Amino acid sequence: MQTITQITGSGIPLLLDDIDTDRIIPARYLRCVTFDGIGEHAFEDDRQQDPNHPFNKEQFQNGKVLVAGRNFGCGSSREHAPQSLMRWGIQAIVAQSFAEIFFGNCTSLGIPAVCASRDDLKKLSAAIEANPTLEVTVDLEALAVSFGGQSISITMPEGARSALATGQWDFLAQLLDAEAGIKETASKLPYLNAFSA
Amino acid sequence: MSDKQNLFNKVWNLHAVGTLPSGQTQLFIGQHLIHEVTSPQAFEMLRERNLKVMFPERTLATVDHIIPTENQARPFADSLAEDMMSAIEKNCREFGITLLDLKDSRQGIVHVVGPEQGLTQPGLTIACGDSHTSTHGAFGAIAFGIGTSQVAYVLATQTLAMQRPKVRRVEVNGELAPGVFAKDVTLYIIQKLGVQGGVGYAYEYAGDVFDRMTMEERMTVCNMAIEGGARCGYVNPDQTTVDYLRGRPFAPQGADFDRAAEWWLSLASGRDAEFDDVVTFDAADIEPTVTWGITPAQSVGVTQNVPSVASFPESERKLVSEAHEYMGIGDDQPIEGTKIDVAFVGSCTNGRISDLREAAAVAKGRHVAEGVRALIVPGSQLVAKQAEEEGLDKIFTEAGFQWRAAGCSMCLAMNPDKLQGREVCASSSNRNFKGRQGSPTGRTLLMSPAMVAAAAINGAVTDVRKMLEPAAV
Repeated sequence: MQTITQITGSGIPLLLDDIDTDRIIPARYLRCVTFDGIGEHAFEDDRQQDPNHPFNKEQFQNGKVLVAGRNFGCGSSREHAPQSLMRWGIQAIVAQSFAEIFFGNCTSLGIPAVCASRDDLKKLSAAIEANPTLEVTVDLEALAVSFGGQSISITMPEGARSALATGQWDFLAQLLDAEAGIKETASKLPYLNAFSA
Repeated sequence: MSDKQNLFNKVWNLHAVGTLPSGQTQLFIGQHLIHEVTSPQAFEMLRERNLKVMFPERTLATVDHIIPTENQARPFADSLAEDMMSAIEKNCREFGITLLDLKDSRQGIVHVVGPEQGLTQPGLTIACGDSHTSTHGAFGAIAFGIGTSQVAYVLATQTLAMQRPKVRRVEVNGELAPGVFAKDVTLYIIQKLGVQGGVGYAYEYAGDVFDRMTMEERMTVCNMAIEGGARCGYVNPDQTTVDYLRGRPFAPQGADFDRAAEWWLSLASGRDAEFDDVVTFDAADIEPTVTWGITPAQSVGVTQNVPSVASFPESERKLVSEAHEYMGIGDDQPIEGTKIDVAFVGSCTNGRISDLREAAAVAKGRHVAEGVRALIVPGSQLVAKQAEEEGLDKIFTEAGFQWRAAGCSMCLAMNPDKLQGREVCASSSNRNFKGRQGSPTGRTLLMSPAMVAAAAINGAVTDVRKMLEPAAV
């Protein structure tokens, strides 16, 4: 699997709090059996209602690094949310914090979701607003985001960070490797053994 | 004997298969539940990799999110919904999974069906591609929502890669006042701890109030643990839990049940159990609660006013202003009297028989206000049947409510039940996010089923305590 240590590209600033997954991808776009085409509906209703939404702005159309606020991705477990962002073109998210299911979904898709302080996010956001083509680099080894000669420190749970950095973020193969262990665990669970185990 | 382990850690340790290279735990999932929305792509992943379902008998499927609650004739009018139905039918058939489809009298919202069938039991790890999986924690199970890739992991390996969360004990002591329900308790906790307050935690709900609650009330509370940011929420198993499970179709039977009950009770957090954090609330402080904003934490007691923007710290004001503007609600406006257009009783939070009884007690002998569209949507076909046996459907229809078939309905509006334009909905569901109920500009006020019924009858948010029989108050 591909190792993910650095993402470099222009940014897209969305420094708002408690952005839920219904806003990222409204439920009507979950009526599908594949994720194909879901990218074009990212933030659809917010974009319709706000011409100044960053996802509407010409200068941010090539943004790869999304800058967000606190509790980004709260609400529904729909993987359609990070799928739509990924298919829109987002490759990494820097936020103050993430809702946990959303975070796990990002990791499953190989999207680094990293945290920074509010003050640093404001700096990053302002720099992107001032220069939308500014190159932003998210570095999972240095645990820093660098942009225009500045650098801010980031955090990420080590399990997810190392999974991405070592190319082991597709957990399916790893989980399958433990088949013997899985069967052994099952053999000791009281409820799988007539409560006699 | 000293028992310092909390339930969460006991159950987690029992299910830990090993440690992955990333340091995460490979956790065995005792019960997997699937539905039509978040599973099709997971089955595709299995096909692409030529994998089978490792424990097909440990996954149960039902259909709920896209189900029309009025005309259920197949093919559905919505061809996309029909495609999803066909997909789950085909996937379950090909991979050997039991599907409770519309023709099965056990069909309903996945988080209503699991407990009702006795699949949800203490000491299990439970996963489902739906954030409200936390509901099942009411039984002392560790239950959490997962994404579609993770659904594929559980299908193929019956395990997940998980980081162990911390455990916070949330105690509510004392006695709830009449007219204050489990929904009010859970909204109150979220209001106090915030929508992100639970990030990194599992919540153990404990104290007098939860001890006294029925299983259905505990489910309402655990259902919304996720709205407070917690990975899951649970209540320790006790005699109430054991009594609820006895005789349910998937519960152990005969001598197995007695051994099971003994094991279940042994899982409860020990008297000296340790927690990473403890918070305590007084039940006497909880009123019937109503949300005024666009997150479930933005709520007030029904006798209070919508808080002003200025009353919040600087860092919160942008979000509060956005909520005021979207909702069309101003500083210091009383929440009681807020006009509504639609009333919805249902969902995995409040679509069980006790919820319908509470709403019916308010609706009985009264009538829905002119111009209000009011829907009662049972959480499962069995809930609907029980309600009909008790005559609740008649009470509702005579009062001007629509009596619908089981499904998720207007909680998330992936089906024909939707708000129109800027309609305001008094809703017993779990989320008041912008656009949540199907109209991109629709507005949601979360409250208990009894409060929804009261709002439907008066056409505006009403303190239900004024409408309950004196004997009940």
